[in-house]
Amino acid sequence: MIDALVLTILMTSVPLILAATGELVVERSGVLNLGLEGMMLMGAVSAFALTYVSGSLLVGLLAGVISGCLTAAIFGFFVLGLATNQVATGLALTIFGTGLSGLIGSDFVGKAIEGLPTVFPETLSNMSFIGVFFALDAIAYLSVFIALLVWIFLFKSKYGLVLRACGISHNSAHSLGYKVLTVRWCSILFGGMMAGLGGAYLPLMLTPHWSEGMTSGRGWIALALVVFASWMPSRIIYGAILFGAITIMQLAGQARGWTIPPQFLSSLPYIATIFVLVLISSKGTAKYLAPSDLTRPFISSK
Amino acid sequence: MTTKPVLIESRGISKSFGSFLANDSINFDILEGEIHGLLGENGAGKSTFVKMVYGLLEPSNGTFYWNGKKIIIGSPQEARNFGIGMVFQHFTLFPTLTVIENIELALNDKFTTHELRDTIIKKSAEFGITVDPDIYIRDLSVGEQQRVEILRCLLQNPKLLIMDEPTSVLTPQESEQLFSVLKKLSKTGCSILFISHKLKEIKKITQRATILRGGCVVSTVETADVSTEQLAKMMVGSNPQNVKPKTARKSGDILVKISGLNKPADNPFATALYNISLNVKAGEIIGIAGIAGNGQSELMEVLSGEWRSTETFDVFDVFGTDIRNYSPHKRRQLGIGFLPEERHGHSAVTNMKLTENTLLTNHNSPLIQKNNVVKNENLEKLTNDIIDKYDIRTPFRNPQASSLSGGNLQKFVIGREIIKKPRVFFVAQPTWGVDIGATKFIRNSLIDLANDGCGIIVISQDLEELFELADNICVLFRGKLSESKPLQELTSEKIGMLMGGEELHSESQGH
Repeated sequence: MIDALVLTILMTSVPLILAATGELVVERSGVLNLGLEGMMLMGAVSAFALTYVSGSLLVGLLAGVISGCLTAAIFGFFVLGLATNQVATGLALTIFGTGLSGLIGSDFVGKAIEGLPTVFPETLSNMSFIGVFFALDAIAYLSVFIALLVWIFLFKSKYGLVLRACGISHNSAHSLGYKVLTVRWCSILFGGMMAGLGGAYLPLMLTPHWSEGMTSGRGWIALALVVFASWMPSRIIYGAILFGAITIMQLAGQARGWTIPPQFLSSLPYIATIFVLVLISSKGTAKYLAPSDLTRPFISSK
Repeated sequence: MTTKPVLIESRGISKSFGSFLANDSINFDILEGEIHGLLGENGAGKSTFVKMVYGLLEPSNGTFYWNGKKIIIGSPQEARNFGIGMVFQHFTLFPTLTVIENIELALNDKFTTHELRDTIIKKSAEFGITVDPDIYIRDLSVGEQQRVEILRCLLQNPKLLIMDEPTSVLTPQESEQLFSVLKKLSKTGCSILFISHKLKEIKKITQRATILRGGCVVSTVETADVSTEQLAKMMVGSNPQNVKPKTARKSGDILVKISGLNKPADNPFATALYNISLNVKAGEIIGIAGIAGNGQSELMEVLSGEWRSTETFDVFDVFGTDIRNYSPHKRRQLGIGFLPEERHGHSAVTNMKLTENTLLTNHNSPLIQKNNVVKNENLEKLTNDIIDKYDIRTPFRNPQASSLSGGNLQKFVIGREIIKKPRVFFVAQPTWGVDIGATKFIRNSLIDLANDGCGIIVISQDLEELFELADNICVLFRGKLSESKPLQELTSEKIGMLMGGEELHSESQGH
């Protein structure tokens, strides 16, 4: 019973880890992409459609990654190429992704596919207490691995240092000769791929069917998670499990007739995020965590 | 001296932005191991030129020769590969990264963090620049930040170091330290291109100087052979108008009384003000010196009424009225004028026309009729009066504020305040980024205003300006204001010590 609950919580946190890790890289480079929800939906619908048509989960996953990346490219074209307002463009991308994914997916509503298999044999996953950690699929392990890689990349490599530098001061980075727009393009595309993969996880694993708007706010939770994690990849993992737990509690609570209103539980991630934002804007060193050139468009002169 | 070989030569370098020619066929050379000055007013094209040398801008025309060979400097990386380093006027540091990370970003070679730390310590000892490699840039003073910038360049073993207005953010003592580092560096054979509009510095530190005016080279001179007056003449193109000597003004009644002013920092980058007290008499100019970021903009917010408090602020009386709760508009009605530092977007709305900008600080009669409708004839007349009286060059009639040059816009916003004959005037950085002609004009206007009995507070980073204008000077350091001292008792060294946070021990106290 508890094992089943923990397993669901872990699985719920996987798309959050993926999308938030991608968004973290984007924000570290100085760009805020509010289109996460839209990119996830595009990833979800492409993954489901391609899996259904081809019968191959791998093809579906790839389709999710690619379509997330393409959706992000639209965003990149506007905010980097044309230096548009990032907040407005990101919101527009979410609306666009929601609509387009609904259109593409209308033929696939009610159809079913086979979900991702687990990695380890049942003898391992049937162990008490720790068995649940062996009951997951490849993408779940991959998500933690990616978060770890991103942490090593950002804080142990020169490229990561350059990426963070672009987010702190794009003018300084430009003066030192770094190509701010290239760095941001790569970040945005990576963010799109991660969001696409996170979105793909929903219809391929979490609920093996497609329904319109099936991310149901997970993109926004992932955005909140980046702030909650104060732009640190390791904290994304804890935060995602915490936020995943809150989401599941809300469902479990409803089933068991808890007196806590589910609406309150579903607002908890956002309340926690606002709490972190308050901490960041107050005194102390927390204020230095946010990339200082976040949302500022970079326009170079030559 | 001329036997040294030429390191870099600029032949016919030009740069245009649209129809504007920022650099018009610049010709000069820098010798090996030479400290070469690049002198010119704001807008003369100095920054444009060095950005081309550093690969940040692409010349429209012309060629650079490096050790006699024709080169194209396509990017800062290429510039660094040639051995060109640059210390920018606005630092290119990353405040939330450590010294070591900041330095790593500028190096092309791969270092392990450990090697880099050792190299930094070794190099900083060699040049007498002490920096803790693991400290965050945000925790350093401006002078220390500049040392990191210099150190970062030195680690690349440059053959040419470009310094863009390096002393504008330093106390006089810090400038001296900088000069000794530069001299040490030039002895090792490194050439230095030293950009400044301060004549004394150019004379003091450089062997030769090239003077730019309006994007053209006026001349290249051996600085030992010319006087500062001659340099000034070449830089400005005519003998600059001198600032009037202050007439012995009789200081009158106390007009402004400030005491017990405490202002908490309202954002992470703001400075809190602590227990500030200050009086201004009629006909008196009080100068407030200090390096930027020590509470100047916060103090200006208090004076203008953008920030108000009766809780942490004990006394703010003007003409005997408690104005602690007065809005900026109410303060103007009382006869107070004020002008914040930033002219684009703070003291003037740049995409509004000049008439509209005039209206912004004059929205009462005679410009506004009883039924709250603007009286356009009066508005245009007042605007034209300001334009005539303060000699403002406009490209056409009633343009947008943004189409005026920095100097002209500054003359306009100052004129807009002074024409109302305020009895108390608060002004921040009145001549920042303004050419010499306009600077002298603005300073003379302020002196005239004080001679007419107005009490003035001038907040400025420019010590020369304060020495020309002020009767009494005090210094802001980390939100604390030093005691106000008559000008006669002060020297730039003493003010420099106060700017760096040191106490002056007066002889009478004897300890």
